[in-house]
Amino acid sequence: MKRYMNRHPLWSLIFVAAGFVLIWLIFAIWPPELIDLIGKKKVFVNALFNGITLGGLYFLVASGFTLIFGLMRNVNLAHGSLYLLGGYIGYEVSDLTGSWVLAFPVAFIAVGLVGMLLQVLVFRHLDGQDLQQTLITIGISIVVADVLLWIWGGDFYQILAPDFLSGPVETFIQTGVKRSSGEPIFLKYPAVRLAILFAATVIGVGMWLILNRTRIGMYVRAGVDDREMLAASGVRVQLIFVCVFGFGAGLAGLAGVVGGTFQSIAPGEDMRFLLSSLVVVIVGGMGSIPGAALGAVLVGLAEQFGSVYMPTYSVVLTFLIMVLVLAFRPKGLMGRG
Amino acid sequence: MAQSDMNTSDTTRPDRSARLGGLIRQIPTRVWVVGFFLLLVPSFTGGFVQYQIFGWAFVLGLIALSLMFLGGYGGMVSLVQMTVAAVAGYSVAIFGTSGVSEISMGWPWYVAVIMAIVMGTLFCVATGALAVRTEGIYTIMITLAIASAFFYFTRQNYTVFNGFTGFNRVLPPPVFGIDWRAPTPFYYLSLFCAAAGYFAVLYVSRSPFGLVLQGVRDNPRRMAALGYSVNAHRIAAYAFSGVLASIGGILLVWSNGQISPGTASIGPVIDILVIAVIGGINRPIGAFIGALVYVLLRTYSLDFLEALNLSGERFKLLVGLGFLIIVYWSPDGICGLWERFGPKLKPRSARGREPGREPGREPGREPGREPEGGNDA
Repeated sequence: MKRYMNRHPLWSLIFVAAGFVLIWLIFAIWPPELIDLIGKKKVFVNALFNGITLGGLYFLVASGFTLIFGLMRNVNLAHGSLYLLGGYIGYEVSDLTGSWVLAFPVAFIAVGLVGMLLQVLVFRHLDGQDLQQTLITIGISIVVADVLLWIWGGDFYQILAPDFLSGPVETFIQTGVKRSSGEPIFLKYPAVRLAILFAATVIGVGMWLILNRTRIGMYVRAGVDDREMLAASGVRVQLIFVCVFGFGAGLAGLAGVVGGTFQSIAPGEDMRFLLSSLVVVIVGGMGSIPGAALGAVLVGLAEQFGSVYMPTYSVVLTFLIMVLVLAFRPKGLMGRG
Repeated sequence: MAQSDMNTSDTTRPDRSARLGGLIRQIPTRVWVVGFFLLLVPSFTGGFVQYQIFGWAFVLGLIALSLMFLGGYGGMVSLVQMTVAAVAGYSVAIFGTSGVSEISMGWPWYVAVIMAIVMGTLFCVATGALAVRTEGIYTIMITLAIASAFFYFTRQNYTVFNGFTGFNRVLPPPVFGIDWRAPTPFYYLSLFCAAAGYFAVLYVSRSPFGLVLQGVRDNPRRMAALGYSVNAHRIAAYAFSGVLASIGGILLVWSNGQISPGTASIGPVIDILVIAVIGGINRPIGAFIGALVYVLLRTYSLDFLEALNLSGERFKLLVGLGFLIIVYWSPDGICGLWERFGPKLKPRSARGREPGREPGREPGREPGREPEGGNDA
């Protein structure tokens, strides 16, 4: 960070200034002129929070995607199908046992196993054939989507959050003052979304710690940089591949339960999340976990602010971010090179 | 020295003009047989087969051909071709006449068609200009993202694209007093366009431009070192494929009579890739073979699946499984199967007809780029 500040003083200044403006926008009570200009503070702060929580969900999906790509050079276009599968499994588990919490480990393990099977049965035999692997994942996504449609039909499913997470909580952010009594009004926000944001942060930080502080993480990072050297130094690369593929797929399954709770699961969601992961990793940089976090928050914010402030063109805003990033940093914001 | 160079180039000139005649003589018998068969199809088939099977296969094949050109000769697998076709289709509806008179400008059909090809090609070039900054699998991802952005955009935009409903009653003009939507005229129209596209691709692939493009596919660094602009050739390839896809898109919208965001949703976008890969992405004819197989499956899978006691909705499963099997065992598609097993059936093999292609070679793989891949992460 210090190096970045030394190298790009102007940009650092702009980022710091933007950060202060953002903090002021969140905590200050807006003057009337500003409200006239861009609407109520409540709308703005809600869009901001929704964008960040949506970014958290996107991060869960995209981090597995980018991890698998970074290590195995495998663009897993069936990642969205794994997300959808996780959502359906989570729904069935929480429906049968009535336990929302139980849905997470079951979906994680089940989808992770599917991912391991895919790696062992399919991708191991096609090592190094990038395009063929990508085409096969497209085929798998077509087949899985149809099988899921066959089993669960075209209905919308919603996973019910437990009681202690339903309903809004009052946050400490003041949005205005009551006209009658002069008491401050605080922003109310759904508890489930806060929980999801918290979980995504924990998983993100945990992944970063595992990657940067443990031996397995060291192997994975070494594999990203130079697979052949890692294998030559006696590490069982194939085992690491299976584990990472399973973990990445499991994260997608986990994200499916999360998505099923605060949105809904239905056919077509697989493609939606695959595309958002694609945009996230293109923006953030392929194979980079911090890049995935940055890209996810950017895309989530762009979608939410877009849908609030320019409803017709919200997709274009997301797309515009991607084009700008590609034009100036073809390898993504955090990508190397 | 310069004098002698000029002399040699002068002496080669008659050779060049004679090459076209030589080219015609080179055409193998089976091409004539297939050509005559296709010309005679309407004499022994009904309107359904002409319109719903062959017409549709030619149109889809033309769009897949544009992908084949990019993928097979340029090494760029672009998922944006169906979107280019949709841009052209929308342009026909917007500049020409349609049921939505508030938006359609009602220009004469030839202006609308030219505008549609121009718009489609421009869109394809713009996409290409973005996509050539990337390599291999990145290209797939970026073009997929662009294609889906277009889909969601058309669904939301009502001022230009008329949102979810799109345009209906986009009909071909009654040129020469013929209703071009009738089965037999449409059959010949689409056959003509498909054949023209096929031979155009064959011709371009053997032209200097096509050879440079194939050189760029195989080793971009070496071509750059030889002084060729790699990106310019790639973008030019996008432009040519954009023309093909636009013609396909115009035919598509005329045959359907309508266009809506669903025309270029994620499903059809991937279907074009499936068609090109099933047929064999290294050969121009593969696009049409793939399209014919796809259309036949789509049309008759209902009966087939019901024979297996499955619901007819499982068509996607069948296509997906077929796609998986072909990608896994024969990367060269049905044409690759023919090359592998054809010579055993027939002593005089068809091997080596396509210039510079070895069977089983994968498109989009650049051996020269391999060591660099490690830096991408």
